[in-house]
Amino acid sequence: MTDLTKIPEDAPALVPCWSCKGPVSPRALFCSTCGAVQAPGQTDHFARLGLMRGFDLSPDQLQKQYFGFQRRLHPDRFATRTPKERALSQQQATALNEAYEVLKDPLRRAAYLLRLAGRVVNVEESATVSDPVLLMEAMEMREALEEAETAEEVTEIAAKAEADVQACVAAISRAFAADDLEGAGKLTTRLKYLGKLAEEAKARRIRLTRQGI
Amino acid sequence: MLLQIHEPGQTPAPHANDKVAVGIDLGTTNSVVAIAKKGEAEVIRDAEGSGLIPSVVSYSDDGSIVVGREARRQLLENPDGVVSSIKRLMGRGLKDVKSLAGTLPYEMDAAAEGGMVRLKVSGRTLTPVEISADILRAVKAQAEDALEKIVDRAVVTVPAYFDDAARTATKDAAKLAGLEVLRLVNEPTAAALAYGLDNEAEGLYAVYDLGGGTFDISLLQMEKGVFQVLATGGDAALGGDDLDHAIAERFLAERGSASVTSAEVKQALATARMAKECLSASPYGEWFIEMDGEVSKHRLELAEFEALALPFVERTIRICQGVLEDAAIDPSEVKGVVLVGGSTRVPLVRRKVAELFGREPLSNINPDEVVAVGAALQADALTAGSDTLLLDVTPLSLGIETMGGIVEKVIPRNTPIPVAMAQEFTTYQDGQDAMLIHVVQGEREMVDQCRSLARFVLTGIPAMTAGAARIRVTFSVDADGLLTVAARETVTGVEQEVSVKPSYGLTEDEMATMLRDSMVHAREDMETRLLAEARVEAKRSALAVQAALSVDQDLLSESELSVIHAAMAEVEKACQEGDRATVQAAADALEAATKTFAERRMDKGIRRALSGMSVEKLGETFAEEP
Repeated sequence: MTDLTKIPEDAPALVPCWSCKGPVSPRALFCSTCGAVQAPGQTDHFARLGLMRGFDLSPDQLQKQYFGFQRRLHPDRFATRTPKERALSQQQATALNEAYEVLKDPLRRAAYLLRLAGRVVNVEESATVSDPVLLMEAMEMREALEEAETAEEVTEIAAKAEADVQACVAAISRAFAADDLEGAGKLTTRLKYLGKLAEEAKARRIRLTRQGI
Repeated sequence: MLLQIHEPGQTPAPHANDKVAVGIDLGTTNSVVAIAKKGEAEVIRDAEGSGLIPSVVSYSDDGSIVVGREARRQLLENPDGVVSSIKRLMGRGLKDVKSLAGTLPYEMDAAAEGGMVRLKVSGRTLTPVEISADILRAVKAQAEDALEKIVDRAVVTVPAYFDDAARTATKDAAKLAGLEVLRLVNEPTAAALAYGLDNEAEGLYAVYDLGGGTFDISLLQMEKGVFQVLATGGDAALGGDDLDHAIAERFLAERGSASVTSAEVKQALATARMAKECLSASPYGEWFIEMDGEVSKHRLELAEFEALALPFVERTIRICQGVLEDAAIDPSEVKGVVLVGGSTRVPLVRRKVAELFGREPLSNINPDEVVAVGAALQADALTAGSDTLLLDVTPLSLGIETMGGIVEKVIPRNTPIPVAMAQEFTTYQDGQDAMLIHVVQGEREMVDQCRSLARFVLTGIPAMTAGAARIRVTFSVDADGLLTVAARETVTGVEQEVSVKPSYGLTEDEMATMLRDSMVHAREDMETRLLAEARVEAKRSALAVQAALSVDQDLLSESELSVIHAAMAEVEKACQEGDRATVQAAADALEAATKTFAERRMDKGIRRALSGMSVEKLGETFAEEP
């Protein structure tokens, strides 16, 4: 479970509000004096959504935080305001979308946390894999999927792939909890492949069930 | 019903401060306008109770323009002067239109420069944007007459599958018609809003929208007043018109004329439309086509009609399946299906949709009006404020051309908007000092299979070996789904930004000329708008100073305070009676008068922060919100 952010010890410096020119925190969404929307400050995705940094995240709470911030900052809330305010709201909403997209996906969230800790895990399509065990496992799974002919077989593979993904996410969680970044990195690469397989299996299952209609 | 276009100034002017925002469904076949107040929407109807304004414009040789039912009636008498289904050409280039050749009853201006389609109508050459603007002017006029208020702002709906070019064209058309677009909203999303799925329903809903010329399918997640579009797909050139064409082709074949005239095509299409509507209710029918004294009789059974319609309906079902697959959603997970568009009255469509989702679709709101109702609710929400929120996605992937004509995607489809994403590219030749950035939209791998949106050249790249330059291309899509592209060489900081005006869209110059040509008072209108903006901005800064004074007034001496008060009074006065320059000058003077005040406030804030007092609440959370 996630706690909400505490006010950090190192209180940030103040910047002038673009509207009333008075002091505001660089992380404030609105000026406390004149109420004007501010530009999104430089901060990490967790702080942006008012969440504590960590791999374990309740999807419900993430969504609640995201919707809550969007309710106040989305350009639709500023449709009748000045062009400057509309532009700032768009920047804010853009930053929220980026944070939400990264955090809601366990794979991207893990890679992001590792990046914050100075470790790069490439989750792009093109990245190659060097772990022979993982390579073998992925190949076997893919072969099984190709050979599967009935909807039942594919459903079984899809269920197994989904279970593997869940298990891997749980393992990543344990690795982060134990501060084992090396292990978390390896598991994240594994999660990338398992996720792809699970997706393929699900797509195949949907296609097969559809033909059965 | 006849909709007459008034010259500006000739319309009896309603009270100037009675300005309202409406929702407009600018449809292929019909347009609908609605207004909402406090969450209750109402479709604006003519004297006969119809809310449908046919999207048909008639241009006479004497220069008069007629829109709506009367124009549709003239379609048969004066086929060369009447334009229908213009929405199909919005944002399209000549190249696209060639693929539609023969299916559209227009004469194209082949010699047109730039890529934009131009039509020859009654001796004039018109762009789809201008023709759409004529429809919007008539819609605006009808709403103003009915409401006795000035309509100056609107939420205009577009098919979710509309690409950037078509969206820009739609916005341009509204601008020409004197409407400020508060937001472009996707039609299916508007339909979902109309069903009020926000408040009662939670879960996953599908909106199946088969209009005259476009097909859209969207999957929406509803959650406590937040609409989240998960995935969307469709075909911008597939709709009820295709059914009409299929029937018309059959009728024309039955007539057996040696050469078919454009007038004959229009007559056959009109008859086909009647046949389609009739066959939604009865098992067969007979129709006559009379042209040049030659009468032919045509009989069509429901089963024959369905055989003609089946390929088109199956195409929509395949698109639905693709979108479901894309979102990794099983049809059984969908809690309800909303039907939109007149073509969903065709029983075959309902059967196929029910088959796919395993449930009967919802259709208790008139499928022709549901989109305008949703647009009106959104216009109300944007102007009066609301608790519901619409979170939309990009309908198509956006990318740039790389070596070998391969598309590198920068923003994948179904990404929540607004969004900004960047990608780095590099040079491929030693000493290369410029780079062509070619922006495309679509899902295919090769550039020539995607839609080309814009090309621009980043120049001034310093001479380096191939692959050494780092060119960062940033794509930003705003809440309307419109794209801006910026390119920057990160080693030296050479930068260029373009707001993507599609290569076959209108240039700013063309737009300005059109504004001038179309409105006698265009210049005054522009000045009025700029003045209004300057006033809003000046008032905002006066309010900001007022807010600052209420907190930090003690930082000022009596005389300093009175100087600021005087400057504020000047702003107030300028906003009441001044022209733009006066308002601007008063606002600048206020800023100068408060400079010292601002510095003292910053000092005070920093002193307080250092002494450990928090300036404001940080780390806001929404955990307690219902």
